[in-house]
Amino acid sequence: MAEQERKQTRRDDSGREVEEDQHAATEVGEELTEKIDDLLDEIDSVLEENAEEFVKNYVQKGGQ
Amino acid sequence: MSEVHKVVGTETEFGITIRNHPDFNPVVASSLVINSYAGTSTRIQWSYEEESPGRDARGFGYEPAPTAEFETGLVNVVLTNGARLYVDHAHPEYSSPECYDALEAALYDKAGELVLERASKAASRVLLEGQRLYIHKNNSDGKGNSYGAHENYLVDRRLPFGELVRHLIPFFASRQIYTGSGKVGSENGRPAVDYQITQRADFFEEEVGLETTLKRPIVNTRDEPHADPSLYRRLHVIIGDSNLSETQTFLKVGATALVLSAIEVGGLGEPVDLAHPVESIWRVSHDPTLRSTLELDDGTHASALELQWHYLDWVSKYAEVHGVSDVERLVLDTWEGILTDLERDPASTADRLDWTAKLDLLDRYRERDGLAWAAPKLRLLDLQYHDVDRTRGLYHRLVANGRMKRLFTDAEIEKAAIAPPERTRAYFRGSCVDRYGDAIVAANWDSLIFDVGEEALKRVPMMEPLRGGKDRVADLLERSPTPADLVRALGGEDGRAGTETDPS
Repeated sequence: MAEQERKQTRRDDSGREVEEDQHAATEVGEELTEKIDDLLDEIDSVLEENAEEFVKNYVQKGGQ
Repeated sequence: MSEVHKVVGTETEFGITIRNHPDFNPVVASSLVINSYAGTSTRIQWSYEEESPGRDARGFGYEPAPTAEFETGLVNVVLTNGARLYVDHAHPEYSSPECYDALEAALYDKAGELVLERASKAASRVLLEGQRLYIHKNNSDGKGNSYGAHENYLVDRRLPFGELVRHLIPFFASRQIYTGSGKVGSENGRPAVDYQITQRADFFEEEVGLETTLKRPIVNTRDEPHADPSLYRRLHVIIGDSNLSETQTFLKVGATALVLSAIEVGGLGEPVDLAHPVESIWRVSHDPTLRSTLELDDGTHASALELQWHYLDWVSKYAEVHGVSDVERLVLDTWEGILTDLERDPASTADRLDWTAKLDLLDRYRERDGLAWAAPKLRLLDLQYHDVDRTRGLYHRLVANGRMKRLFTDAEIEKAAIAPPERTRAYFRGSCVDRYGDAIVAANWDSLIFDVGEEALKRVPMMEPLRGGKDRVADLLERSPTPADLVRALGGEDGRAGTETDPS
């Protein structure tokens, strides 16, 4: 996609033309997705192994 | 009636388990955790004769006090920060010291997590290879067993309990939208649900009552003021979740304290009675969209958000008339911010509330891994969110990644795990444990009992929660190098049994 095509034009409330840089917005979005992916990877590395067994054996006595 | 300063505090029962331990016994494990934290420091007995858990706030007199389980009271530590750490109902429990306001209460609640994390690490040294100890700050095992997170508020004895109850039931039902820590599934025979706002809602079965372990009531009537009973009531709130989020504990305690203060001066309007209080509790919790409504006594309907806006409006008017502290102002601002964001999009509170933070995490896993709600991995994520170990706990992973807002620094929490609050009697208790621990034979919320080597033990009562703070007793402690000096300075010199002195 050519650089020119990423720019969209719309009118704001006062009627002025506003150019939105879709390219920048996409980059921010990609960065956020990357960060989330990194977070999930980090969590994967600390998650207990054998989830089913751990959860099944997690039984507490009732308290207050 | 003038309002009573809201001295506040929280109590947390933690979940405990050991992996790869075929003979795991929660009472033994809890005792190990607490004794490991105590190390070689002096054991201080908790004096039970002062407590009367069978006393009922409605004035019906006594119901039989619950029989103490065999383990109760055997393992007890009074910490230098004024808190109590002990084994209760097969769980390690941390009861925070008496705090001056909601911000301090949130700080000392977090200090409790740090204490349990350290205790767990110390206890793990004696485990066999391959065994791992886990402490969770949660309230349910997902299999029908719940354990508590309680809040305590000092209120005016003159306030009729019935009036308190009418206002508190709709308040407690609706505040769940910012007090919940989130849970996958439902329990205790409640309708099936993928995800709900709170850990505890499924377990409430009565409107008002004395019980805390069976048929839990929305308003608990335990009347054990740990203070002058002619002046004060301690409102014991059992309908809340343990929160990891600092903002959430702060808002939960702060909003509730403000509502109580407003009730004391008649600052709330006519109560909004719910048509079905018990059902309303789980209905609010079972609706993470916050769109469903509750039926009111007059046949109209209101959502939990609408009810909370109502209370915030009332309390804001009270604040205008009576004035509020800076901390209370912060409570009001936080309250308004959370309600505004919950109304706009609940997910926008994921940086401040446990239930939305957890839901966001679960949704991302469901999307990435294509998981159904019944997947064990989602149950594990739900559970591990609450692990107090800062490496493993998922709340702590979110914090480390800058995804949860904080109110406190690590250094502040570390200090609060050691040093007591300075504006309540917890200062006197904690400082005495620190300075004269070897001479304290028993402690309670409202007294300390010293053995200063004389024939009789010396009891120092602390019946006024706001007395015994740093401004009143720091000099006295400074002038008393030994416990005998302290007792003498307090005026208990004659050696009779039951001699009473007062640090105020």
